[in-house]
Amino acid sequence: MAEPIVEIRNLSKAYRRGDQVVPVLTDINLEVAPGDFVALMGPSGSGKSTLLNLIAGIDKPSGGTLRVGGKDIAALSERELADWRAHNVGFIFQFYNLLPVLTAFENVELPLLLTGLPGRQRKEHVAAALGMVGLTDRMTHYPSELSGGQQQRVAIARAVISDPTILVADEPTGDLDRVSAAEVLRLMGQLNTELGKTIIMVTHDQRAARAAHRLVHLDKGVLMDGDGAEAVAGEGVKGEG
Amino acid sequence: MYLLKLILRNSLRHKLRTILTTLGIVIAVLAFGLLQTVVDAWYAGAEAASSTRLVTRNAISLVFPLPINYADRIRQVNGVKRISWANWFGGVYISERNFFPQLAVEPRSYLELFPEYVVDPDQLKAFLADRKGCAVGRKLAQTYGWRLGDTVPLRGTIFPGNWEFVVRAIYGGREANTDEAQFFFHWDYLNETLRKTAPRRADSTGIYFVGIDDADRAAEIAAAIDSTFRNSLAETLTETEKAFQLGFVSMSESIVAAIRIVSFLVILIIMAVMANTMAMAARERLSEYATLKALGFRPAYLRRLIAGESVLIALTGGAIGIGLTFPAAQAFSAKMGTLFPVFQVSAQTVGLQVVAAAVVGAVAAVAPSIRVSRVRIVDGLRAVA
Repeated sequence: MAEPIVEIRNLSKAYRRGDQVVPVLTDINLEVAPGDFVALMGPSGSGKSTLLNLIAGIDKPSGGTLRVGGKDIAALSERELADWRAHNVGFIFQFYNLLPVLTAFENVELPLLLTGLPGRQRKEHVAAALGMVGLTDRMTHYPSELSGGQQQRVAIARAVISDPTILVADEPTGDLDRVSAAEVLRLMGQLNTELGKTIIMVTHDQRAARAAHRLVHLDKGVLMDGDGAEAVAGEGVKGEG
Repeated sequence: MYLLKLILRNSLRHKLRTILTTLGIVIAVLAFGLLQTVVDAWYAGAEAASSTRLVTRNAISLVFPLPINYADRIRQVNGVKRISWANWFGGVYISERNFFPQLAVEPRSYLELFPEYVVDPDQLKAFLADRKGCAVGRKLAQTYGWRLGDTVPLRGTIFPGNWEFVVRAIYGGREANTDEAQFFFHWDYLNETLRKTAPRRADSTGIYFVGIDDADRAAEIAAAIDSTFRNSLAETLTETEKAFQLGFVSMSESIVAAIRIVSFLVILIIMAVMANTMAMAARERLSEYATLKALGFRPAYLRRLIAGESVLIALTGGAIGIGLTFPAAQAFSAKMGTLFPVFQVSAQTVGLQVVAAAVVGAVAAVAPSIRVSRVRIVDGLRAVA
């Protein structure tokens, strides 16, 4: 059996508010296999976004171990973590988080600036990524000139451009209409099945959850039912119009 | 290149805010430059002073004269090459508001001692030949519309009476910082009139100008001149021309200091405005900076982004402000007439303006840069613009 791409043991996270310590995650144990598509679900305040942030390396755990791609990322310094993220994590945010002063092309190119790739090769990669998400004809448009669905597709292109180890998506369809949401989920499914991308997604959306292979439930910072994994019988997302 | 692209586009994101901030910097840098130029104008006389000219005056006060027969004894002091003398006239041309320096001088030796006053040879000849003639500076002539041959009436105050002079020469300055607002006439004319009207005041002069051969010996020669007249009725105080000029400046030192302080306050104020602008911009873009951090960009990159934008806006405003300082200084000088005979924007002032703009830009970026560097990515991503 392949080594898990994400390996979490006894993970905890707490915030300090003055004298009070507020636990957010308690004793999380979870494994994600390469090529898996996992949806983290739970009520508001359950800690699912916090868990996603820890896996993505944009927050640090209070205790436990967290290995991603074989690396103990909890032991990395801030500088090392930044470099690690640049090469290993692709982000898909709920509100796209594109830079409004950059075109679609330039937004997608951003992660490649940290790879040392020469300009011509960067342009080729970006063109390919935008072609993959069907936005070749929009590459010179600014985010304000794109619809929500188009912006999220640009964000997906940006997320995959540097061929990261994992893709993390925090409510990727939260700000989209039905049609756009379906298109984004179809694209994510394609990245998973055709390119073997490991995807970990936080979602409230049942349709989004159906796109995943596994559901992991959290409640009050604790995984439900052992590792909480619930296999989804490979439904994916059927074309919704 | 990407960094520059981001800096430029970010600075043009809120055009109105950027334009207004830049305008504030333009005005601040312009005001700073003008005020510094006023300070420079105050010191212009001292700056234009020659290192080989000394000034000898009555040791008690400038108000008291020196006997004219001191000239021969000063001439004999070792190291003295040339000597001339002058009386401050202090007359009124039409109205007390029309102020300009008027000196009764020994014209030939005076103009030899002050080669920076350039006179046409024919005009010099005419001036020397006419006891009631006067030589005026080009700026002075332009201010009052005087031409060669015009009669200039002055109402005497220190030397009462109605005096008339004929413009025989209009001199130009050899250097850019030469005073072209002076009015010279013959000391002999003054003295002959005093012999008739106030004989006890005749045959005396206000100051001696002494030309020396070696600037390094200035202190020694000055001491030698003063020791010549020690224990006499009119003891002398001899100093370099620069020290003499600075003595006048020191009388209004507090005004000059106040002007200098105001000029720097103006820069401090715009620095605060700029800092507020950058803080607002950073606050609005917190989620973008957090996104860049999430993607792997280091805090140093974000600091360069913020500092770059701040310095770009500040230097743009600074450049425009510097450009406008020159016509503004010209207009100010024209309005002031002969109050500031030399009013020039110096290279040092321009340098100070550049530094001021750069410092404003750099300092304004400090607080937002620190904030953005320290913000946790998760907190930044949650920020609402």
